[in-house]
Formats: sequence, structure tokens, C-alpha cells
Amino acid sequence: MYLLTIDLWMLLGKAILIVAIIGLSFFIAMYTTYAERKVAAFMQDRLGPNRAGPFGILQPLADGGKLFFKEEIIPLTSNKFLFLLGPALAMITALVTSSVIPWAAPFQMGNGTVIPMQVADVDMGILIVFAIVSIGVYGIMIGGWASNNKFSLLAAIRGASQMISYELPMGLALIAVLLMTGSLKMSAIVGYQMEHGWNIIYQPLGFIIFFVCALAECNRTPFDLAEAENELNFGYHQEYSSMKLGFYLFAEYINMFISSAVMATIYLGGYDIPFVNEASWGLSPFWMSFISFGVLMAKISFFLFVFLWIRWTIPRFRYDQLMNLGWKKLVPLALVNMLITAAVILYLNK
Amino acid sequence: MSTQLTNRALPVDRKPMTFVESLYLWNILKGMGVTLSHFFRKKVTYNFPEQKRPFSKVFRGLHVLNRDEEGRENCTACGLCAVACPAEAITMEAAERLPGEEHLYREEKYAAKYEINMLRCIFCGLCEEACPKDAIYLSETFAPANYGRKGFIYPKEELLIPHPINEKEAYDKAVGDRKIKNNKTN
Repeated sequence: MYLLTIDLWMLLGKAILIVAIIGLSFFIAMYTTYAERKVAAFMQDRLGPNRAGPFGILQPLADGGKLFFKEEIIPLTSNKFLFLLGPALAMITALVTSSVIPWAAPFQMGNGTVIPMQVADVDMGILIVFAIVSIGVYGIMIGGWASNNKFSLLAAIRGASQMISYELPMGLALIAVLLMTGSLKMSAIVGYQMEHGWNIIYQPLGFIIFFVCALAECNRTPFDLAEAENELNFGYHQEYSSMKLGFYLFAEYINMFISSAVMATIYLGGYDIPFVNEASWGLSPFWMSFISFGVLMAKISFFLFVFLWIRWTIPRFRYDQLMNLGWKKLVPLALVNMLITAAVILYLNK
Repeated sequence: MSTQLTNRALPVDRKPMTFVESLYLWNILKGMGVTLSHFFRKKVTYNFPEQKRPFSKVFRGLHVLNRDEEGRENCTACGLCAVACPAEAITMEAAERLPGEEHLYREEKYAAKYEINMLRCIFCGLCEEACPKDAIYLSETFAPANYGRKGFIYPKEELLIPHPINEKEAYDKAVGDRKIKNNKTN
């Protein structure tokens, strides 16, 4: 009896892919914390963690273990349900975004079945990313508000207004890309770039705007006003302890990973290998999907390094500077960029 | 023109930022160049327990109670080091050498108890200067961490240099490349 005509094998494949991607996200996030500490140390002429395991590679495990064994404290005056919802929401929104990213060239099984390495190749792919990113504000907002603490609330408000302001230029920068590719589908955007070259070549300004906004969306320096260690005592997650704090911190790194993946997909051609025509290699699609996955990971690693590099280079923006940059500089620039792109496309298609 | 104390003062540029400057991009890129150059620079860190910083020859570290070349203790418990000590870190009790102990102590009197409190000690080296018998000197190691205050009170057994004949290797290691100041002619 078939009530629904859903291919069970497809479901299984998707389930495996989902688990693999979530596992990968956690793994990358773990080692981004390690990389963060190493990069920070190297840029400050230090060595960084090197005690746990060779070169300190077990350090993230030690940190995670420590967080698990810490006492869980829920402030008496906090709203308990919302207090627990905050970190959960932050984590979920961080993870869900990965569903629309094409991770590799389609994987071909021995019997000819093609499995796309993408959880959901939906028509509105990039819009889903934006929708979920804007829900991510609630993780911070709810956490800060439920803590019932002045500093947390202030930081949460700062964080929310920052994320909302920077979503605008981000979206405008993206519209220019969508005008060129003509599709919201992530796989179509990658396909367009494989044919015509990477979007960063045509949209350098758009890329810079998108990158700056991605920094702001991830609450990374120079836009880490929501955390502001030294003015707001860690901001919105000040009252959190144990693994709830761990969730917030981890969600930040997963956000970094996913936004790197989104940037690599939209502007750097996703899993496309640059300068070569990989079809002429004559490799089987089986191996091609592995190689393309490696290429995407290399691009993501580069972005992650730039994230860390920026963090350990520049200080935090003042709040008015942040708003000035967002509304008075990035929004007009993104608008101009969009209009010029539209005009050029109109002229070329005439 | 106001008078200037030095010629190093630079006028501050207070012009409002141009639009391009206010995007911060160029200056941020310059800053990133600086941090990247540090990224590949040689690190100054010593991996402490395995790798130790070389000290100068005249470094004043933990104290060592000296023996002569036959392995007899130099100290006669005269108390001059304790008197000289500005931090009052040295405690000692004297005892008389009994017949048959000539191979242990060089003179008729010796220190039955000799303690230095490393938490009080300021490593000034005045004890070394005060000692007429060259019985105490400051070595090139420093006091390692400890779990309690008691652990920092070093008894005589910990301060004494290893026996130069019975424990030759340990003795040579303790002396290191420091010229030992043995008083050969009483």
C-alpha cells in the first residue's frame, strides 16, 4: 500500500546527507575554535594551544568536555522556557541554513543513480538562507531578554538592530547577482558560474558588501557588538553557563562556516574548479564529486581564515560608526551596484 | 609659535574623512598586512617545561650548599648568611662535629639544620657574599611551583650539592658550566 509516492531510497540518501552535513558542521566549528586560537596566537607572535595532543589538536575536545561538566545555572529571575529556547534557536538556525547549499557535484552510484549532494534543491534556495538568517536574530534576542539582565538586554538589542540593518545591504548586493544568474536556485547559481566565470569577477563591489554584511550577521569582529567582551561582559550570553553557553559559542562558528559556504557558492563558483575544464579529464562522476567537495572546502577554509584574520586585526566599531557604515555607506553602495548591474544587463540584452 | 620641548611632536590630521576613507577598507587592508607579517614571524615563546630560557652566568636562582672536593660540607653554621639576609629567609641550627664524622663535615662545627624559605627569599645574593667559607651560592635554576607553602621551605638535604665523588654525574650536572668556588686552603 503506497499512500505517498516517496522513494524510500531517496529519503535514506537525504537522511545520510543531513547527518553527514551536520556532523561536518560540528567538526568544522570545533576546529575553527582551534584555528581561531592558533591564528590569534600566531598573529600575536605566540604559539597558541599546544599541550592537548600533538600541536594541541585535541584542545577543542578538552574545551567541549569542560563545558559539558560545568554547572548549569538558570537565574531565578529569568524566564526559564525562553532561557532554554534561546541557545536552541541559535543552534537550529545556524544548522538549517546548510540545507540549500550544493556541497559537491552530483554523486553517481554504480548503478547509474545520481544523488545530488544538496539536501534541498528548492527554487527559492537563497531566499531560504535569508529567511533563516533573519530568524537567527531571535536566538540572540530571546537569550538576552530572558536572562533578565541589563547588559544582556542591551547587547541583545544592539545585536538585533545590527543584524537587521546589515541584512538590507546584503540583500541588495545579492539582487545584483540574481539579476545576472536569473535564478534563486543555488544549483543554478553554481551552474551559471561554471559556464560564465565566477560572480566575483563581475560583482567585486557586491562581493565586498556581501562579505562585510556576513561579518555583521555572524557577530564577528569588527561587528561583535552583541558580545562586546570588555564593555558588556559577554553581552547576550552573560548569564549562560555549561553547554547552553557552548551552544551559543558553537552556533557562532557554525554560522561562520555556513556563511563561508554561502559566499563561496554565490561568488566563488561553489564547487567549481577554477581555470580548468574538469569535463576534459575524463574522471568518473564518482571521483568528481569528491574532488569538487574538496575544492568547495578549500574555498570555505580560505573564507574562515579571512574571518579569523580580520578578527585579530581590527578593533570593534563604535555603535554609531556601525550604523553609519551600514545605512549611509553600504546601503547606497549596494543600491548603486544594483542599478549599474541592471542597466548593463538591460543594455547587453537589448 | 608655541615653544616645543622636543621636535618629535607631529601635528594631528583632523580633516574629516573622505567617503573612500570612511569605508575603512584601505586602512583595514593595511592592518591585515601587518598581522599577516606577524603570522609568519619567528615566535618568541619558550615551551617552558621542555625548553628552558638560557640564563646569564650571573643569574641568581636557587641556593646550593657547597661541598669541598672530598665531599665534606663547607658550612660551619656561623650564621653570617642569616644575618646578612635582608628577608630573613635563612634558619639554621649549629651542631658540633663528633669523632668519626670528619669525612662529612670539614670543620668542627656544622649546620644540623639549614632551611631557606624560598617564598621569603628575594634572591639578592647577599648570603653568597657574606659567606666566609664559600659554602653557599646561588645557582642558575629557579624555584619550581609547589602545591603548598611548606614545599617552598627547602631543608638542607634539598640545598646540598650532590657528593662530588659518590654521585659524580649529578654533581657535575649541578655545577654545570659555573666555576665552582671551592675553598681549597681552609
